[in-house]
Amino acid sequence: MSSGIISAAYIAASILFILSLGGLSNQESARRGNLFGIAGMTLAIGATLFTGLPLSYALVLGVVAIGGACGGLVAARVEMTAMPQLVALLHSFVGLAAVLVGFASYLEPTTHFVGAEKTVHDIEIFLGILIGAVTFTGSIAAFGKLQGILTSRPVLMPARHLINLAIGLVCVWLGYVFVGADSISAGSWPLLIMTALAFAFGVHMVLAIGGADMPVVISMLNSYSGWAAAATGFMLANDLLIVTGALVGSSGAILSYIMCRAMNRRFVSVILGGFGTTSVSKGTSEAQGDVIPVSAGETAQLLSTASSVVVVPGYGMAVAHAQHPVSELVSSLKQRGIQTRFAIHPVAGRMPGHMNVLLAEAKVPYDSVLEMDEINPDFPDTDVVLVIGANDIVNPAAQEDPDSPIAGMPVLEVWKAQTTIILKRSMATGYAGVDNPLFYRENTRMLFGDAKDSISQVLAAL
Amino acid sequence: MIIGIPVECAAGERRVALAPSSIPQITQLGFEVQIESGAGTAAGFADQDYLDQGATIATNREALWGDSDIIIKIRPPLQSSDPSFGEFQLLGRGKSLICLVGPAQNPTLLADLANAGVTTLAMDAVPRISRAQKLDTLSSMANIAGYRAIVEAAHHFGRFFTGQVTAAGKVPPAKVLVIGAGVAGLAAIGAANAMGAIVRAFDTRPEVKEQVESMGAQFLMLDFNEDGAGEGGYAKVMSEEFIAAEMKLFAEQAREVDIIVTTALIPGKPAPKLILAETARSMRAGSVIVDLAAEQGGNCELTRPGEVCKTDGITIIGYTDLPSRMAAQSSQLYGNNISNLLAELCPEKDGRVNVNMEDEVIRGMTVVNASEVTWPPPPPRLSAKPRPATPEQTPSPAKPVQSKASSAASSFGGLAFVVLAILGVGAVAPPSFMSHFTVFVLAIFVGWQVIWNVTPALHTPLMSVTNAISGIIVIGALLQMGSSSILVIILATIALLLASINVFGGFWVTQRMLQMFHKGS
Repeated sequence: MSSGIISAAYIAASILFILSLGGLSNQESARRGNLFGIAGMTLAIGATLFTGLPLSYALVLGVVAIGGACGGLVAARVEMTAMPQLVALLHSFVGLAAVLVGFASYLEPTTHFVGAEKTVHDIEIFLGILIGAVTFTGSIAAFGKLQGILTSRPVLMPARHLINLAIGLVCVWLGYVFVGADSISAGSWPLLIMTALAFAFGVHMVLAIGGADMPVVISMLNSYSGWAAAATGFMLANDLLIVTGALVGSSGAILSYIMCRAMNRRFVSVILGGFGTTSVSKGTSEAQGDVIPVSAGETAQLLSTASSVVVVPGYGMAVAHAQHPVSELVSSLKQRGIQTRFAIHPVAGRMPGHMNVLLAEAKVPYDSVLEMDEINPDFPDTDVVLVIGANDIVNPAAQEDPDSPIAGMPVLEVWKAQTTIILKRSMATGYAGVDNPLFYRENTRMLFGDAKDSISQVLAAL
Repeated sequence: MIIGIPVECAAGERRVALAPSSIPQITQLGFEVQIESGAGTAAGFADQDYLDQGATIATNREALWGDSDIIIKIRPPLQSSDPSFGEFQLLGRGKSLICLVGPAQNPTLLADLANAGVTTLAMDAVPRISRAQKLDTLSSMANIAGYRAIVEAAHHFGRFFTGQVTAAGKVPPAKVLVIGAGVAGLAAIGAANAMGAIVRAFDTRPEVKEQVESMGAQFLMLDFNEDGAGEGGYAKVMSEEFIAAEMKLFAEQAREVDIIVTTALIPGKPAPKLILAETARSMRAGSVIVDLAAEQGGNCELTRPGEVCKTDGITIIGYTDLPSRMAAQSSQLYGNNISNLLAELCPEKDGRVNVNMEDEVIRGMTVVNASEVTWPPPPPRLSAKPRPATPEQTPSPAKPVQSKASSAASSFGGLAFVVLAILGVGAVAPPSFMSHFTVFVLAIFVGWQVIWNVTPALHTPLMSVTNAISGIIVIGALLQMGSSSILVIILATIALLLASINVFGGFWVTQRMLQMFHKGS
């Protein structure tokens, strides 16, 4: 009877989770989607608590209250520019929880499987812990990079591919030993060694990946955290965990795919890391010429005489916390009857959709924020493009120079506009180490300085 | 250098070479602009309009011609013995002249200009290459002529263009046939279409079909395999069989349509006679023919150049001065062409003209250089429209990620692999595992379908909400907390703590983000 009720509750929770993700298909239904997710979670936990028999309700509620308070506090306070870090941190918790649940499941004295079922169960535990451990340390390393604790440049060990390969082979062997072990104590040591190796692998893998590839890394860790939950579901024979884990896992996988496509790179080459170090050989046609600097006053004049303006934000806007002045600038332009829109490249920022959230925080209406494919045909009719802290995503070499390291990457075609104004701190190259011929174009103007200060000056000059 | 804009003396010419709005661009190049008093009057521009834009007004006609270094006109200078009327003798040696010349038709004028030592740039000799389009007066005037042709037709056509259902009864829409889909033809199609008529168009060059259709007309195909594209984007003379088939088509169409606009021209030849007298007479009474080729003899046998004539209830319009009938618009576009030309001639922006004979565009336009006739120029290096119709100008991405075919093949291969893998698992795994595995695989597919619908703008909330729901691992921790082993309970408790941070933090921050998204008013 109780197992029937709990199954029904799990089915309902699964449906609510699917509706929750489906709700994100547009901004109108997104809030309702999140509420569906909360309802599903409440239902699942409630059903488990009422039918299962935990040690003590007080302990459970106490722990959940502490965890919930911590989570709520962080969530309420986090700055939108720090969203990637928060997401990475939350991934690491799922990873660590999966490791702990895996160990607990292995040590659980009451479960007894024999024959093929034992083998399957052992493999489930092994894989669950492996994925959880990689997710945990990988996310911690990603958090460190995003927070600026670790360097955002790729850290490359000598023979790193060999190290990875060796870790992989050793893990396979440990898994073989683990499955063959006939007592808990005999199985514990391969499990522990594997966990340690997986921890090391997670750190090593993420360290080798550079800052601008973070959107891929975060999506990938998102995916891993889902697979870790699904593996936990298998080991506990719990369909709700399997369903939820699979949903999250495929979500992360799709995001990774979208991010890779937006950089025209293969997933494997991103994960193996080292972009911009082995291929620093700039394209054959090294961009040359003089850049034309422009003052904030001239920028204001160009903007005020334009009839159509597009703003292209990049990670630099997040770093400078310039989203609020940018939003003010845009609304001031709109009041003058100038059509002003935002163009977002899929990999702008450090995680998928990062720029959209920043702009939403600064109260930019989402219907004036367009995706790359929507805005690209409009650039020839645009008077002024304002590029704020972006570089590679507006690099014409991606289309024009087949030897460029970023050749074939889809980019925002800002150079087709009448005038392009680039806000930049200095003439440094972008993350990919590729010189940007856009800077030397006749219709390009450079506004040097901190993005926030520059925008404020432009706003004042208007 | 001083640029002089004289009054156009040719009879019936209402245009002026420069509208006031083009003057700031020219003065920015360092030139001074001088206007003969009343030059813009016929086009609707007062002297004061020119003064307001920074031009000066010359004291009299002789002063203007005498002081200016460059004379810019519409029509070629008149050669007349009457000193109050002729313009040619006012041109001094060493001056420059920019105007419409018609170099192929006026060899004596070219010789006279060379004798007088006047460097002459012909606005009607702009090479047909992409870079020169902004100078192309023939295109801008043809555009106006095409538009005006429809306006004239509408004026003489006693009925509505657009179909209407009124209380008094139903009115059918007018049917318009446009022959020749060059610039004028396309402009006529656009204007007729905008007024609500049903428009059909014919051209010997099949590659213009797309342009015709984009302007809203039906392209009439002739079931005949011959490409009419000649050099420089113009049409060429077609074979006799083709012309016969074409005539038959026109004869059929004439009985159906209300208005025919003909724009067929072949460079350096008289206009082809496409509408025979009997074809014209077969049209319904009240129909209108506008012959834009009237100046070259007309496409219709009944056309009388420069006039409107009526035969058997059919109106045939043979005006040769359609652009001049819209003088304000024509002058403005002509002036824009002129200021673009001056920008080409004066790359240093120092107010000095540099007739660079190495430049293909300038070379093509220069018909007299100092005392030498330089017409015709060497043939243009490339045609404006390359023969194979490739409308795309933008270079395609250097390396496409994957071709469609190969990605389809690889996705099929991937699918086959997945099916085999599932079969393999099913062969060895126990049944209890397989039921969970079924759920797992189905959930992945559901996830795959659902996630692709998520708008990219919400990818960050997507990640945080998946963060929250992957906190579902609390269920696992909760189940394990009922264990009898104290170690298991401790591990499960820590897991519960971590996962609940995720659940609360994830949902909370998602809600916070989603609150921020708002739509513009």
